[in-house]
Amino acid sequence: MSGIPHDHYEPKSKGTKWVESRLPVIGLLYDTLMIPTPKNLNWWWIWGIVLAFCLALQIVTGIVLVMHYTPHVDLAFASVEHIMRNVNGGHMIRYLHMNGASLFFFAVYIHIFRGLYYGSYKAPREITWIVGMIIYLLMMAAGFMGYVLPWGQMSFWGATVITGLFGAIPFIGEAIQTWLLGGPAVDNATLNRFFSLHYLVPFVIAALVIVHIWAFHTTGNNNPTGVDVRKGSKEEAEKDTLPFWPYFVIKDLVGLAIVVTIFFAIVGFMPNYLGHPDNYIEANPLATPAHIVPEWYFLPFYAILRAFTADVWVVMFTSWITGGIIDAKFFGVLAMFGAIIAMALVPWLDTSRVRSGRFRPMFKWWYALLVVDFIVLMWAGAMPAEPPYSTISLIGATYWFAYFFVILPILGVIEKPLTPPATIEDDFNAHYGKPAE
Amino acid sequence: MLKKLSIAALAALSLSAGGAMAAGGAGHVEDINFSFEGPFGKFDQNQLQRGLQVYTEACSACHGMKFVPLRTLADEGGPHLPEDQVRAYAAQFPINDEASNMHLYDAENDEFRALKETDFFPANNSQGAPDLSLMAKARAGFHGPQGTGINQLLKGMGGPEYIYSVLTGYTGEEKVEAGTTFYENTAFPGGWISMAPPLYGEDVEYADGHSNSLHHEAEDVAAFLMWTAEPKMMARQRAGLTGVLFLTLLSVLLYLTNKKLWAPIKGKKLNL
Repeated sequence: MSGIPHDHYEPKSKGTKWVESRLPVIGLLYDTLMIPTPKNLNWWWIWGIVLAFCLALQIVTGIVLVMHYTPHVDLAFASVEHIMRNVNGGHMIRYLHMNGASLFFFAVYIHIFRGLYYGSYKAPREITWIVGMIIYLLMMAAGFMGYVLPWGQMSFWGATVITGLFGAIPFIGEAIQTWLLGGPAVDNATLNRFFSLHYLVPFVIAALVIVHIWAFHTTGNNNPTGVDVRKGSKEEAEKDTLPFWPYFVIKDLVGLAIVVTIFFAIVGFMPNYLGHPDNYIEANPLATPAHIVPEWYFLPFYAILRAFTADVWVVMFTSWITGGIIDAKFFGVLAMFGAIIAMALVPWLDTSRVRSGRFRPMFKWWYALLVVDFIVLMWAGAMPAEPPYSTISLIGATYWFAYFFVILPILGVIEKPLTPPATIEDDFNAHYGKPAE
Repeated sequence: MLKKLSIAALAALSLSAGGAMAAGGAGHVEDINFSFEGPFGKFDQNQLQRGLQVYTEACSACHGMKFVPLRTLADEGGPHLPEDQVRAYAAQFPINDEASNMHLYDAENDEFRALKETDFFPANNSQGAPDLSLMAKARAGFHGPQGTGINQLLKGMGGPEYIYSVLTGYTGEEKVEAGTTFYENTAFPGGWISMAPPLYGEDVEYADGHSNSLHHEAEDVAAFLMWTAEPKMMARQRAGLTGVLFLTLLSVLLYLTNKKLWAPIKGKKLNL
């Protein structure tokens, strides 16, 4: 499967030969597990395993929760309380699932930002990156719909606000919104379809995860230097790589164990810290909460959505040029989705010949600013939509777009990158010294 | 640089995460040192029983608690009342709002049957007062600073503290607006609450001789409502502690395994 030369599985016993000649599944597993992996991977490369763990955790806990949950506007909230009070271990399963979503997004953000720093999106890994971005979008869909299911106040009003975004599309928006909701407002039909899709999407994600892994097993992993593994011969490749099993499996498990320890502390000792108190009030279409705030993992993009108000000149200009078809609300929606699309397009926006940010002296600072920007946006997204937060959001949103559409294309041209080491082996040995012969 | 920066970033990220719930012009919430706070915290069984008494004698006149099964009053990690006492308690519990509890209506005898321990606390919408089952989780305090959620990380979510602060936060001022009387309250967002002061101190007589000052009554009922909102808290914290201990051990073992595994590759000698 991999483009890196390595040993392939040879069935030895009669039984394995019998299986392998009919379905080469053992060989597939062997090649997947033994894939040559750059030996200089650092700890930022453990988050893929954490994400795989999250997906499994969410599917397993989710399936158990479904056994006790009732998707009906009159019963959903009570059925969650039933899980919390009467189902054996139900409170743990539910809190694991609830906080599992947060861990999932926490991990995916680090995973994405690792890719952005080390240039993992660059040729030949564009498809890996795009598939990853689709997975991320589906995660957001699953996260959003899952948050609606407990049918608390934030569930209901979050669903109302977010589906309202589709209503901002000119001409056909209202029809789309009604179609999505299954009626004129968030109601039982909405809850039922969200439940159905919330169950479906994780399995689509699982399938795409396989594609994601298939893609980067074809190109081979990126690594902190961004230097390619030598592929001339098996001997050469083996100087740059180590088999995934046992070296990286064990290393990844160390990382996973530490992350899960912290995760368990949060679930055990402060499971509601990341949630919103209002969601412990049953949904009431007649009472709007003072502040409708999405879950923390949506906040940066929520801030971008709200940043473009009618008094921003770009918005005014766009509105004027389109004859009012693109108003402030629709502009905000376009900006929010645009912010994610910008990330997806980064393989073609980054013009630098050097892959890893480690050898890009100017890029480093702009990248660091992007990380800060992301956190500031996250904070601003939780604050009320009024000055000074709206101004901060606008500056943050502007930088987000500037980074992808202006800074990255220009940097690649004007920046004078450092010279990366010739081989991964050199990098590794520079760090650890020559291995004992 | 990336490493340092990202550590700072992660720290900020985890903190700003708490900011999600921070918005809102909240009133003043007093920090109380409840026995159940922190990873090793435990509900004080006697306090929960006292709080139950306050709920029964004061709050339940207007507030229902429809998600709480009466039988759980006998649970360990809760008020832990003897089962016969729970049965007796259930049987005498009044139904103050018949319209909201039609499932208890016995059509044959044309009356509302007495509650059994297998029932839930009755709902009560007679005065439009909110249900209290989850109140301690549906409210929070200690927002900030600047929406970062750091205070909640240090002091807890502030739900029971909010309840305590509302109960003790009346200034005595009143105003009438559109036919409704509002009472000034330092903890209630906006400063004016439509609930008349429910406790004045010495409203109940505790069997265990504990002080029944306003401060103590409010504290007891706030603790009790934390239990009704999170009845499995002690079990959860125990599970969390066990989980963290074993996972720490697993982390250490995996770390050592990894170190040994990589030692020859990195050209290091290990004395393991």
